[in-house]
Amino acid sequence: MIRFENVSVRYEDDAEPTLRNVDLTVPEGELVLLVGPSGVGKSTLLGAVSGLVPHFTGGTLTGRVTVDGRDTRVHPPRELADLVGTVGQDPSAHFVTDTVEDELAYGMESLGLAPGVMRRRVEETLDLLGLAELRDRPIATLSGGQRQRVAIGSVLTPHPKVLVLDEPTSALDPSAAEDVLAVLQRLVHDLGTTVLLAEHRLERVVQYADQVLLLPEAVMGPPAEIMAVSPVHPPVVALGRVAGWDPLPLTVRDARRRAEALKERLEGRLAERDRAGRDPAGLLPDPAPSRDRGSAPDAGRAGNPAPPAFEARGSEGGAPGFGKWGSLHALGRRGRGGGFSLFRRRRPTPAPALTAPLVDVTNLAVRRARVEALRRIDLQVEAGETVALMGRNGAGKSTLLSTLVGMIEPTSGSVRVAGRAPHTTDPRDLIHQVGLVPQEPRDLLYADTVAAECAAADADAGAEPGTCRALVEELLPGIADDTHPRDLSEGQRLALALAVVLTGRPPLLLLDEPTRGLDYAAKARLVTRLRALAADGHAIVLATHDVELAAELAHRVVIVADGEVVADGPTAEVVVSSPAFSPQVAKILAPQPWLTVEQVEAAL
Amino acid sequence: MSGAVRVLAAPEASRANALHAGAWWLWALGLAVAASRTTNPLLLGLLVGVAGYVVAARRTDAPWARSYGAFVKLGLFVVALRVVFSLLLGSPIPGTYELFTLPEVPLPDWAQGVRIGGRVTAEQLVFALYDGAKLATLLICVGAANALANPARLLKSLPGALYEVGVAVVVAMTFAPNMVADVARLRTARRLRGRPTGGVRAVLQIGLPVLEGALERSIAVAASMDARGYGRTARVPAAVRRTTNVLTLGGLLGVCAGSYGLLAAEGAGYGLPLLGAGLVAAMAGLRLGGRRTVRTRYRPDRWGARAWLVAGSGVAVATLMIWANAYAPEALHPGVVPLEAPELPLWPAVSVLVGLVPAFVAPVPVSKENV
Repeated sequence: MIRFENVSVRYEDDAEPTLRNVDLTVPEGELVLLVGPSGVGKSTLLGAVSGLVPHFTGGTLTGRVTVDGRDTRVHPPRELADLVGTVGQDPSAHFVTDTVEDELAYGMESLGLAPGVMRRRVEETLDLLGLAELRDRPIATLSGGQRQRVAIGSVLTPHPKVLVLDEPTSALDPSAAEDVLAVLQRLVHDLGTTVLLAEHRLERVVQYADQVLLLPEAVMGPPAEIMAVSPVHPPVVALGRVAGWDPLPLTVRDARRRAEALKERLEGRLAERDRAGRDPAGLLPDPAPSRDRGSAPDAGRAGNPAPPAFEARGSEGGAPGFGKWGSLHALGRRGRGGGFSLFRRRRPTPAPALTAPLVDVTNLAVRRARVEALRRIDLQVEAGETVALMGRNGAGKSTLLSTLVGMIEPTSGSVRVAGRAPHTTDPRDLIHQVGLVPQEPRDLLYADTVAAECAAADADAGAEPGTCRALVEELLPGIADDTHPRDLSEGQRLALALAVVLTGRPPLLLLDEPTRGLDYAAKARLVTRLRALAADGHAIVLATHDVELAAELAHRVVIVADGEVVADGPTAEVVVSSPAFSPQVAKILAPQPWLTVEQVEAAL
Repeated sequence: MSGAVRVLAAPEASRANALHAGAWWLWALGLAVAASRTTNPLLLGLLVGVAGYVVAARRTDAPWARSYGAFVKLGLFVVALRVVFSLLLGSPIPGTYELFTLPEVPLPDWAQGVRIGGRVTAEQLVFALYDGAKLATLLICVGAANALANPARLLKSLPGALYEVGVAVVVAMTFAPNMVADVARLRTARRLRGRPTGGVRAVLQIGLPVLEGALERSIAVAASMDARGYGRTARVPAAVRRTTNVLTLGGLLGVCAGSYGLLAAEGAGYGLPLLGAGLVAAMAGLRLGGRRTVRTRYRPDRWGARAWLVAGSGVAVATLMIWANAYAPEALHPGVVPLEAPELPLWPAVSVLVGLVPAFVAPVPVSKENV
């Protein structure tokens, strides 16, 4: 269906070609997943299939790309429109009309299909994607998952033989992502559509793929084979590699069926350590610089009125053997610091409360016009604690973060960050209390070089000249002074924004969706950095859809739904009790309390 | 009997029975033409009332539907402005009832004929009021069309040759809210950097990224449109292309001249035929031009019986009012010199009420039913 013959693509001012000598054939009706680290040309390869590369983006393409026998060299994208449907990274940049029904019809109108055919196909597509309820809605009022489905539907109606998708689930919460993937699978099964998709979050998609194409080597093969060698892989594969399973499992279900032996071994380790007491010196991993929490912060923590872990969803976190679990959990997380103090918090404390928590939100409500964005929110965060805010798109996570930086004034209730109300604090003082890295880190960057950006950040924060640059050097070694922030990769830009925010030395750091568009390597670097910051005593609150990130990083998880906190407790308990928010390792090894491959690896 | 009423009663609005946007515009323009034919404040008031009633009865809660209030305010502003200008700059209307005298600004010789300040007469003010009211009514009629007709759908009913203009406008309309969101986001970001969000520097520093973002988004939309088949064309012979251009340009000129004749006080005689001929030529041109595009239309609004009734009622009001100018010119233009109290002439008033037809035949928006 799709053939690449010795294809290379080079953009004008780049020294190196983005794609080099790619040869591949994608057979009809396959779902092919494109994997590889950032910047290896995944988007370029997808663009070459739809003809947007090089007709629209410029650059030089050598070799030959044919789709169903049509050479993209002589067929511009519009001549391929009946054959290839393309959905880019940002669905909202895809829409041409203003309502769902018109958007679905747009492509067919351009192709000049007969009105009767259009009508029938729109109805079919509305049903196929579950959009019938939304047919008359303006696109601007849709949620992220709905938009993604409309975008897919809008390219499906001309019945293309090939569907090309660039990161279709990155911006979506786990359940919306599942909806979208279910649709794709249905297309492949029912209509025989050839699907080519690129995605960083492999844990979501790899089980749906018929073939995996690994870049930059451009080797294609069955998922299990490619995953065995791929530098980017989901946790289930990492666990399989650690346990030495062959063939590698790709789904949680496969892995769970093989996991009996592993679970027994781990059970043994846990028991061993239980006997050895609560000091498993040297046995457990120590990814973050271990920090010895002195008695003072501990006293403060112990006395804080943080709510005990509760589960408002009705499912019991760890009902069987809860006591043992608690201690195991504490053991398992000892090395990351903070885990044990969560445990300690539940015990009667000798020291009285001395200091207030760094973040103290009580009974917070936020209304916008008639919409209650947040209701009855109580949240306390201590110095050195990492809290993950989770919940579906539009649940109120970003609103809560905005309230913490004073962008939104609480309608009722109180918000205190380091004892001050953020919305009445002068922004110049506030940056020394709290820093937020927004969803789009680029918003924070104005200057046209890294050096200028750093100088501006120093001036804004009133810090010693060079403070920000030193932070950049630490977070992003070897970046040149005259680099334009736009030329940085997503991960590098995030690091730069983080450095800018940290220049003000805020004790509280907020991150909104930090892993969107990051590959596994960039994510791992981010995790290391944030752990180090937490160990330094920074409190970190991150809003994220990425359950794996929350599992690796957070001491506590707070789940927000419809503007209310529905669960708040230690990561292991909250995350394990709800399937949507549970990381793969926890799903595989349940009911044991492991969350990450790292923990398992260290225990073995 | 009740069965017939149930069948004839206006149905709930849905996409399938949506009234053609052009019908609303014809209706509103009909009212506007009627308004341009009279200065009788009572008749003008009646026209505004008719337009307002129909808007109240049939508008949806879409964003554009809220524009009616803005147009009413604009109308009142026009009246006030007209009166203020008349006060300050004087008026050629001779008058006997002097109300008061403003201090006059002495002007040099070369500014003869211009007066600032001076005598203010009742006749002059009444004339300004009538004139302002006429303009305001025209504006309010346009506002009514704006509130009732979905602009995107109106653009979609444009002939194929104008399709691209329509797409450009729709894309631009969806851009505005995105840019507003961008500005809000970047202001937030400034605050996060600890910088003030007001001031010239802030505007500059926010403005540039906003423009950059808009540019990037437009490129993305262009790529998406291209990949979805936008701009596929069919080949047409050169002769057809040339004929198209001549017909379209000539037709548009005719439409311009014709509408001027129709709206201006003199020239109703040649206005109508010129407008008609221009429209026909333009339509033929557009139709020919449409041959180049291969596109088809998804669920175009149908021009059904209700659309005929709505558009027809507007045209009827305009025609009856033009006719009334022949049989009752004094009643339609109450005397200013000497001053007379305006009267409400019976038959012209009845003909204005014909404009209420849409309030009974147009499909009822669903949200209204729920209230």
